[in-house]
Amino acid sequence: MRGKRLFIATFLIPPLLLYGIFVISPYAQAFQISGTNWSGLSPTYEFIGLDNFQRLLGDGYFWNALRHNGLLLLLLPVATILLGLFFASMISVGGRADRVGVHGVRGAGFYRIVYFFPQVLSVAIIGVLWKEMYAPHTGMINGALRAVGLDGLAMAWLGDPRFSFWCVLVVLIWMNVGFYVVLFSAAMQSIPRDLYEAALLDGASRVTTLVRITVPLVWDTIQVAWVYLAIIAIDGFAIVQIITDGGPSSSSDVVGLRLYKTAFADGQFGYASAIGVAMFFLTLTVAAMFLQVTRRDRVEL
Amino acid sequence: MTYKISRRGLIQGAAGAAAAGALGGCAMGGDDSTDDAKGATSANNPLGVKEDAALEVVIFNGGFGEEYAKAHQSMYQERYPKAQIKHSATQQIAETLQPRFVAGDPPDVVNNSGASQIDFNGLVAQGALADLGELLDAPSLDDPNKKVRDTLLPGIVDVGSYDGKFLSLNYAYSAYGIWYSQKLFESRGWEYPKTWDEMIALCKTIKAAGIAPWTYPGKHSRYMSWPIVAAAGKMGGIEVIKAMDNLEPNAWKHEAVKAAAEAYYQLAVDGYLQPGAAGMDHIQAQTEWCRGKAAFLSCGSWLENEQKSVTPPDFRMAVAPTPSLTTGDKMPFEAFRGTGSEPFIVPSKGKNVRGGLEYLRVMLSQKGASDFTRKVSSLTAVQGSSAGIELGPGLTSVTRMIDAAQGGTFTWLYNSYYRKLERERIDAACAELYAKRITAAQWCDKVQKSADEFAQDPAIKKYKRA
Repeated sequence: MRGKRLFIATFLIPPLLLYGIFVISPYAQAFQISGTNWSGLSPTYEFIGLDNFQRLLGDGYFWNALRHNGLLLLLLPVATILLGLFFASMISVGGRADRVGVHGVRGAGFYRIVYFFPQVLSVAIIGVLWKEMYAPHTGMINGALRAVGLDGLAMAWLGDPRFSFWCVLVVLIWMNVGFYVVLFSAAMQSIPRDLYEAALLDGASRVTTLVRITVPLVWDTIQVAWVYLAIIAIDGFAIVQIITDGGPSSSSDVVGLRLYKTAFADGQFGYASAIGVAMFFLTLTVAAMFLQVTRRDRVEL
Repeated sequence: MTYKISRRGLIQGAAGAAAAGALGGCAMGGDDSTDDAKGATSANNPLGVKEDAALEVVIFNGGFGEEYAKAHQSMYQERYPKAQIKHSATQQIAETLQPRFVAGDPPDVVNNSGASQIDFNGLVAQGALADLGELLDAPSLDDPNKKVRDTLLPGIVDVGSYDGKFLSLNYAYSAYGIWYSQKLFESRGWEYPKTWDEMIALCKTIKAAGIAPWTYPGKHSRYMSWPIVAAAGKMGGIEVIKAMDNLEPNAWKHEAVKAAAEAYYQLAVDGYLQPGAAGMDHIQAQTEWCRGKAAFLSCGSWLENEQKSVTPPDFRMAVAPTPSLTTGDKMPFEAFRGTGSEPFIVPSKGKNVRGGLEYLRVMLSQKGASDFTRKVSSLTAVQGSSAGIELGPGLTSVTRMIDAAQGGTFTWLYNSYYRKLERERIDAACAELYAKRITAAQWCDKVQKSADEFAQDPAIKKYKRA
């Protein structure tokens, strides 16, 4: 009896310890630090209660950043999942119906690989790449617009507060779609082909098959994708920092960047931790909400 | 009987582990004890360096690289052969060193520079920096009868001082002004304008010739705040700038500031800014300028080094002071903003503060400084240290500008007192101004509002420029 207990303990304690030290303890400390005016440069600090949170409520730059995260939260998962589903269904079941049965469009294997490319690149490389693509004179986007005679549409993309946020959103969608295409196609592979064949025999259109058969049967995967994308939308730090650094005039700022700048550029770790704590609850709430909203009965196959 | 691990037990265990972790690795804990190594002072060792004390130097690995620092370290090593020198270089100064400041174990010398520089406001407020005043009063390495203070270029002590204490040595010397290509100007018969009216007239000619008169980095529009503030200072006198540094009410609504903002706003209104510049970063804009797509550019004297790889060989870049706004300007046309950059600090809690000071003294020797200029093509804070070194056309024009000003240089300090004010707020306001989304008067209001925010924020330590 004792031996077994010890045996289990030896396996459980090391990972729990690591988890405690590297995950739970920093979280706990962030809560503690958020109640201080710690500058992050010396061991001295004072407890100031909830002052940091009060300041947060009146901080226009924080709300502005939060608004952008909110927009990302609304748009990024929807756009990425819709595109991902579309591409994945084209790759898996989009092909012309013929004697071979239900299959993907021609060149599906090629597309599958190409869509995954952005996932192979590191975030930093994607950021720098797109920053140059958006460059007003030397960038590829304006270059392409000019090449087809649309000079009027060539903009100073990242220098214009009307566009900078949307430019970042496009990059975020571009870099994420590939992964969800692969995820969804994997899920679609497990849907029995005869379901599609039956639907086709009944004269269902492609849109109907997608909405009535594919989506319900990969719903679990969509749900997971939704939560992942929501977390990416609440973060967004790396790409924003590299491409626009929040500018111009905070028009593409996100909460993560605000936190980072408050801590490392302004030397206000107490206030930065308060932003972090706010973000913690936000992420938690959003994840719980999404799981709740997307809850459905499982379809057994 | 079988033993089952209950869910509650698991959670308790996890909480216990977390508590242990929190005790073990607290981010805010620190050790205050410092053992400052100190040796006997002598004529050869006026700062009292302990000969065998180890010295740790952390260098910002940016535009200047780290090779120059290794040369300085071997010069130090020559003087103190028993000292062990630890050198490291990083781009992430704040991220790397912040925990060490907290732990009370900072390096002895830090080149606190770059995009992730540790905020000086915080460092100074926390008393984390050693007073370098002793270094200023120590005899220089080259001439025992001359104090280090007297070997520095004007403005260096000002820019490193906080409430009268000299805490940061800005080793490189940067001159700010408006840059142009001498080749382009000579071939077209253009002359650099000394007044703003001439500037506008010349811009018209340049535009007619099919070249954009100005370009600017719209993503770092603060570059274009420099000529505004410089022109305002030259028009209204240094008091205008001091009022900004001291966050005085309505400092940015002074007549001279309004006039300067109007003047530069005119460039946007008349279409003299390169189309698309609003979306460029500094490298993209500077490269457009080097490719001859634009005639004028606002920058500091690091420009030549930064653009080395893309500048055509016969480009001959040159810098000039901002044009005078009126005939009644308080400062002559030749006055320009000259100041230090590349701050070096000696943390007060370092183990070898004396060694840190001595290291800076070595850097400020003629040998140390001229070696730096040779290696990284930048001037240093040390007078006359570029003599005899063959400089590029850009730096040569900088030395000419220094000579012409005859000591009439000036600078502002709000950017080092309140880094965010310039890096974020003024930057954003300038982006709006040059994209014509706000007018010059609105720009003044916007910057003033930001300055007021800083003045009223109790979390920010205020400094007074005398």
